[in-house]
Amino acid sequence: MTNKTKLLEIKNLHRHFPIKKGFLEQITLENGKVTRKVEKVHAINGVDLTINKGDALCVVGESGCGKSTVARVVMNLISPTEGEIIYDGTRIDNLKSKTLLPFRKRMQMIFQNPYASLNPRMTILDTLMEPIKFHYPKKTEQERRTILDDTMESVGIDPSWVVRYPHEFSGGQRQRISIARALSTDPEFIVADEPISALDVSIQAQVLNLLMKAREERQLTFLFITHDLSVVEQFGSHVAVMYLGTICEYTTTKSLFDKPLHPYTQALISAIPKLEEDNRPHVKLHGEVPTPVNLPTGCVFHTRCPFANDRCKTETPAKQEAEPGHFVACHAVDEDRI
Amino acid sequence: MSLLQVKDLEVSFKLRTGELHAIRGISFDLNKGERIGIVGESGAGKSVAAFSILNLISQPGYISGGSISYKDHTLSTMSDAELATIRGNQIAMIFQDPMMTLNPVLTIGTQMIETLQAHQKMDKKTAEKEALHRLKQVHIPSPEKRLKQYPHELSGGMKQRVIIAIALLNNPDIIIADEPTTALDVTIQAEIMELLLELCKNNGVSLILITHDLGVVAQTTEKVIVMYAGKIIEQGSTRDIIDNPNHPYTQGLIKALPQKAAPGEMLNQIPGNMPQLDAIPTGCAFNPRCEHTTELCIKTEPELIAKDNRAVSCNLYSERLKHDK
Repeated sequence: MTNKTKLLEIKNLHRHFPIKKGFLEQITLENGKVTRKVEKVHAINGVDLTINKGDALCVVGESGCGKSTVARVVMNLISPTEGEIIYDGTRIDNLKSKTLLPFRKRMQMIFQNPYASLNPRMTILDTLMEPIKFHYPKKTEQERRTILDDTMESVGIDPSWVVRYPHEFSGGQRQRISIARALSTDPEFIVADEPISALDVSIQAQVLNLLMKAREERQLTFLFITHDLSVVEQFGSHVAVMYLGTICEYTTTKSLFDKPLHPYTQALISAIPKLEEDNRPHVKLHGEVPTPVNLPTGCVFHTRCPFANDRCKTETPAKQEAEPGHFVACHAVDEDRI
Repeated sequence: MSLLQVKDLEVSFKLRTGELHAIRGISFDLNKGERIGIVGESGAGKSVAAFSILNLISQPGYISGGSISYKDHTLSTMSDAELATIRGNQIAMIFQDPMMTLNPVLTIGTQMIETLQAHQKMDKKTAEKEALHRLKQVHIPSPEKRLKQYPHELSGGMKQRVIIAIALLNNPDIIIADEPTTALDVTIQAEIMELLLELCKNNGVSLILITHDLGVVAQTTEKVIVMYAGKIIEQGSTRDIIDNPNHPYTQGLIKALPQKAAPGEMLNQIPGNMPQLDAIPTGCAFNPRCEHTTELCIKTEPELIAKDNRAVSCNLYSERLKHDK
């Protein structure tokens, strides 16, 4: 691919969730003045990302780093506190639901848990027909059924099974059905939020292959959320590593695995349990992810970083292009300390 | 003699529609200080196997055949009262979900002291000291404070550390860990597995590690048992099996890992699903998913054949052995 066109742009995205508390609990006395303070979970703090047509961008990070929130904001399931989402040249985060409709058809989402994302009281036929009916109102029942049967076949499920309920299918089959639901409106962009984490090893491979096949055949663009770096190496063309609501490293998959720069990325890669005998030095992280309610000052990673110095504690590192196309936000890399 | 001996174990569940055989005859030995991994997908029976060692299978499940012996006790026929002296004392267990294992309404200290006093004559002060010592062993920051805290005040990784500390309280001979890191993040998983490995080595504790993650097994255990549909299909030394798997299912599992495929390439997948327990195919249970299936596989159930520290249950393998002779 030579001519790359931007499909999705995320600009300076912030999303905060206020922690609900009673009014009296919010009030404090400061310097003789009564002030009202609302505590917030800082889920996303300034994320900039671009996805070109045909790319598969993987966002990785530990639980609580805000990766799923990014997926939900992109799909406009929740609105951003600050920042813009631009899809194919149009800003979509402030659109009313009616004007958003044409975009909904073009972007679809696959969720993590196939046990929760299919309505247990609807047959597969009803579940899958809903988006088709909604987005193809002019088609006849027969034509709709053809679309459904074709998508079911493409994910490897017998179309005659659609009269069944979700509980009659195994986890892997359910995830295939969720994928069929996403593909049925013939989208160009798919947000997949940990689509294989809830599945068994042999089934994970099946579903990942299915997604790769769909990506190739339909020229799909992907935003793939995962915590599993070994999946990223397989699936992604680009990777963004997220930590406490900020992107700490962004580059192509190949250069991330060839030469991870950020200490957090290095730790994540070395934490993957390897089949081979492992004699590499293990980059150890100490402690756990701090709470996103009170973010650490300076670099958010400094509390766990083995390379942190005084500058890291006070100054937030800016994203810098260490090598062409390889962005990293780290003082230690900037100062050549690692 | 080995520390723990599982012989021809069978576990069944009595249901209205008939009996389901979750474990269909498995045998293995565990020696002192040895670390064994049991791998398989959901439904393979690996957790049921682990639970049955301490007879923790609840109704309608029961041990329907075989025996489990630990030192000179036969665990499978012991009464609950007798078992209580062994559970959490000589054989301790670590469960999958740290959020569910600890009692939410008791402090960490109370739960630890309770465990100690259940098995040893110990006054509260000594017990508290011992608990503090164990918390230090699992590298928990400010352990004095933790004793007075409730489980909800700790993070997932920290809770799993507390659970490991509790498992170690009575100096057990064996720890059975059922997917101890599945609920945790990769970085925390790496820390916890390293800790568990270090403590087992230092205290001469034997470990039975149940997991679906071949990477974790490769890094932690010396021997591995691969289960499929309630049976052992391959067992032997971990390095051997990972470098040179003999059963088509083990080969498939290893090949299906993303790290085994070239970046961007399709993964090698095993088609189909694990069979339901009420519809186990005749012959070899793996035959509908196996690429090498022959007539023999559909008709005859293969036996677990041992040769040079390796046991494989596959018709093709036994044919090959016969041929080699």
